[in-house]
Amino acid sequence: MKANGLLSASQSALMAVVVRLMGIVDVPLRTLQRKTGQSGMAAFFLAPNMAIFAVFVLVPFVINFVYSLTGGSAIFLSERSFVGAQQYSEIFACGNYLDPNSCKQDVFWIAAGNTASFVVLQVSLMIVAALITALILNREIIGRSFWRAVFFFPVLLSPVVTGLIWRWIFQRQGVLNAVMQSVGLEPHDWLTERNSAFFASIGVSIWAHVGFYTLILLAGLQAIPKDLYEAAQMDGTSRQRVFWRITLPLLMPNLIVVLVLALIKAVQIFDEAFVLTHGGPGTSTMYLVQYIYETGFASELRNPGLAAAASILMGAVLVVLTLAQMAASRRNEKKGAR
Amino acid sequence: MARAVEFVTRRRGASGSGRGWHWTDVFTWGWLIGGLFIMFAPAGWLALSSFKTPAALSEFPPTLLPYVTETVKIAGNDKPLPLYDVTLPDGKTARLVELRRVGIVAQMVDPASPETIVKVNIKDRKPVQKLHFETSNYTEPFVHFDFLRYLWNSVFVTVTATLITLLVNSMAAFALSKYQFRGQNAVLIVIVGTLMVPLAVIMVPLYSVVSSLGLLDTLWGVILPTVATPTGVFLLRQYMLTIPDELIDAARMDKASEWQIYWRIVLPLSAPALAVLAIFSVVWRWNDFLWPLIVLSRSSLYTLQVGLNVYSGQLNVQWHFILAMTVVTMIPVVLVFVFLQRFIARGIATSGLK
Amino acid sequence: MGRITLEKVTKSFGTIDVLHGIDLDIGEGEFVVFVGPSGCGKSTLLRQIAGLDRPTSGEIRIDGTLVNDVPASDRGLAMVFQSYALYPHMSVRQNLAFGLENARMPKMEIDARIAEAARMLEIGDYLERRPGQLSGGQRQRVAIGRAIVRNPTAFLLDEPLSNLDAELRISMRAELAALHARLKTTMIYVTHDQIEAMTLADRIVVLRKGRVEQIGSPLELYNRPANRFVAGFIGAPSMNFLSGRIEGVTEAGTQVRLFDGEVVTVPRRAETAQSGQDVSIGLRPQHMRVAQEGDSGVPVTIDMVEALGSETVVHAHAPTGELLLAVLQGQHSLSRGDSLRFAFNPADLHLFDKDGRRLAGT
Repeated sequence: MKANGLLSASQSALMAVVVRLMGIVDVPLRTLQRKTGQSGMAAFFLAPNMAIFAVFVLVPFVINFVYSLTGGSAIFLSERSFVGAQQYSEIFACGNYLDPNSCKQDVFWIAAGNTASFVVLQVSLMIVAALITALILNREIIGRSFWRAVFFFPVLLSPVVTGLIWRWIFQRQGVLNAVMQSVGLEPHDWLTERNSAFFASIGVSIWAHVGFYTLILLAGLQAIPKDLYEAAQMDGTSRQRVFWRITLPLLMPNLIVVLVLALIKAVQIFDEAFVLTHGGPGTSTMYLVQYIYETGFASELRNPGLAAAASILMGAVLVVLTLAQMAASRRNEKKGAR
Repeated sequence: MARAVEFVTRRRGASGSGRGWHWTDVFTWGWLIGGLFIMFAPAGWLALSSFKTPAALSEFPPTLLPYVTETVKIAGNDKPLPLYDVTLPDGKTARLVELRRVGIVAQMVDPASPETIVKVNIKDRKPVQKLHFETSNYTEPFVHFDFLRYLWNSVFVTVTATLITLLVNSMAAFALSKYQFRGQNAVLIVIVGTLMVPLAVIMVPLYSVVSSLGLLDTLWGVILPTVATPTGVFLLRQYMLTIPDELIDAARMDKASEWQIYWRIVLPLSAPALAVLAIFSVVWRWNDFLWPLIVLSRSSLYTLQVGLNVYSGQLNVQWHFILAMTVVTMIPVVLVFVFLQRFIARGIATSGLK
Repeated sequence: MGRITLEKVTKSFGTIDVLHGIDLDIGEGEFVVFVGPSGCGKSTLLRQIAGLDRPTSGEIRIDGTLVNDVPASDRGLAMVFQSYALYPHMSVRQNLAFGLENARMPKMEIDARIAEAARMLEIGDYLERRPGQLSGGQRQRVAIGRAIVRNPTAFLLDEPLSNLDAELRISMRAELAALHARLKTTMIYVTHDQIEAMTLADRIVVLRKGRVEQIGSPLELYNRPANRFVAGFIGAPSMNFLSGRIEGVTEAGTQVRLFDGEVVTVPRRAETAQSGQDVSIGLRPQHMRVAQEGDSGVPVTIDMVEALGSETVVHAHAPTGELLLAVLQGQHSLSRGDSLRFAFNPADLHLFDKDGRRLAGT
């Protein structure tokens, strides 16, 4: 009781300070408003956000192109020399286009290849898992919101924490090997063997994100009118047929959203994989963003221009994916309209 | 009991073919319980492990709970010595202390009579263990390492960035939802368009912008680039569109200035959307990793995420500290999860943001 | 205080003209009602006066001062909105105080004004509640209270009763009338409901498609509508229209031939009417009765009868197919398919030319 009173007292004291502060702010703003008029104040309200936005998103976005045409290791654009498309030709300098090792920037192509395999495997497995989970959560189960929360839990964890949790499990002396041993299997060096490290990064990333996509799919499933199912039941439609002919088509808009969001996120895989394996062993879990990060900032011979060029190539892939989504959802809408 | 089981495992209504379990019911519960294990067990295992001593951590196979071997102080030895249950050659068992070990033979004594040394094959003994939570895993990194500093940096970045985000995003959303002006659509398109521009694509030039502003290696360099979130503007704008324009008109008739309309009418009425954005912003900023990693090079400025990464990347990983600090890093997010999970789930389901 | 004049006020949104040159002079203390179908521009006109929108051209004056460039907050007007627009996060008291605080009024004065308004509107019991906890009628009172405490030069009311149920609307209407009688402040009231307009207004402004169709007292509008639109809009049920032809203008009045050949003499002289001119003859449903033996009248066939007890509403059609509605006093044993004649007093006829304007002199 007393604590409550204290809390509300401090709350109202805080409120009083805020009110006073806002009142003080109001004085010059009223003067401003007299100058600009009512609708002129829109510019004032927009200004802080757009200024920050311009400086930290738009300007970098635009100068990235210029950046990718310059060379050297200097940071400031003014100190960098113009080299034209040299960075791009550096990336594309390959002896044999089918063999990343024959390229001058072999690591870029290895990272690109890893990313591509990662995207295909992670996205397809994750969407299947998310769909199954969403279908299950959409059934009449006891404690649905509890179960929904269960699958959502890892979504909030930071990638660093996720990476460390799994590193702790996958390590040589980890619990996974202990379990394997106890059932009579050979312990395995999960994170220091090429293939298992790659699949570990896929598994961890699915673990971390599946709950998010499950939520979106579940929202889509719950938006399907119940009477459609009842009508199908009256017609004696089998469960499989109901799924393929009613659930799946009506879920399609959500599935497309999920697919593209997942693709876009997967292309940018970095944090959890980086903490899990640091790109290793060798380059087996080196993904594009890590390549850009290391080329631009972390390596001895850093080359921001090359990193910028690589990031633009990645951005182009993302743009294509986004456009594909827009086209797909538009087609879907049209179908719906008919 | 049987009824409780029946209740808990009740299956989908009348659509099942009468009584009995359809295979989908088995699959459902298998999936859910498996999911429960896979989703929570890893973090739970980490949390349990974080209370183990370095010795217990290096044990293989590991124990589930944090045990330590009990020790006893023996006269003539500085350090406490480990206690074992020993099966003696005559079949009796005794509780002995290990003095030293040579190969597979341990020299052990009875703490009651430390003079007589017994030689025991190490196969014939088992350490006496007790449950022990090694809290120094938590206190040490705060006292002797910079983790308190990292924690503070993380809190500062999270709180400041969230406050600024709420302020500038809500102001922009107000302008975009309650005014008509030329270029409004252009602004909206730019904002929505950049929803698609991830950090990874612009990090190189962003680094140069931040460094030319002199923000490199400062916490502001971490905070500012993140605050003008297009997602936030978009979310708040959509919400503010549902506030009736008549309220704004009424306030104008009531002699309210535009600033007053913003903070006395529109802001309080947007509280639900602001809360969603605040929660998201806290989780985002707390979890940010790549950008702080790029901007911060002085170790006294590290956030928890960067600090954890750096310490876990060292050649000789001090897992007992890393695990404990991982748990600390996890705590705010777990709290958000426990108390606000429903809220967030609704936010995601309706807006698809993350 | 409280005289509002509009001169050639126009308003366009992009290429769409919503108001076409409105001229209006609202006197001090007058209760003026803007009425018209939805989309006629009545709310837009009110917003121009309020200052919430700027007219595209023309002049708005309050007590002689040009206010085109004066923001809404400085015009000294108060407005009651259709949705009430009460601030949902503030208590009733805070809602009432908000505008006064913005005007930097001393706390004592604010409290006094709120107490006065609360007494007048009987909202004292729920000053500490939020609008969400109030009924529709209570919210309505609070919205009016918020206007009253401002002590404005004029009240602007934008369809304030349209969200109330029928019963409450009638009682609030009476209260508003009483309030105006007590405050004697200029009120401008927008509604699409002609009954509200008739019962409340000193003067009614009928608007259609952004133009003023007629300005006048309720009975002027009822008795001498300036055109077919006003004639049809004012009065319920709507006026009937029959086609006819002018036969001539005599000392006794204007002779009109009805569709069935009968000639009636309207006892007013249509000075500009010409013989043979086609006219539209307006006849209110209440002005018809069943023709007795020897009465002249319009022959009709009954389509439907609605017996309401005190009156009987008869839907019928003339031989030409024109539909007629009659509200007959008392109870009548009529049924579908009956043929009879409706009689009327020629003085109750309204004559309109083919453009819908009332014939001059009638």
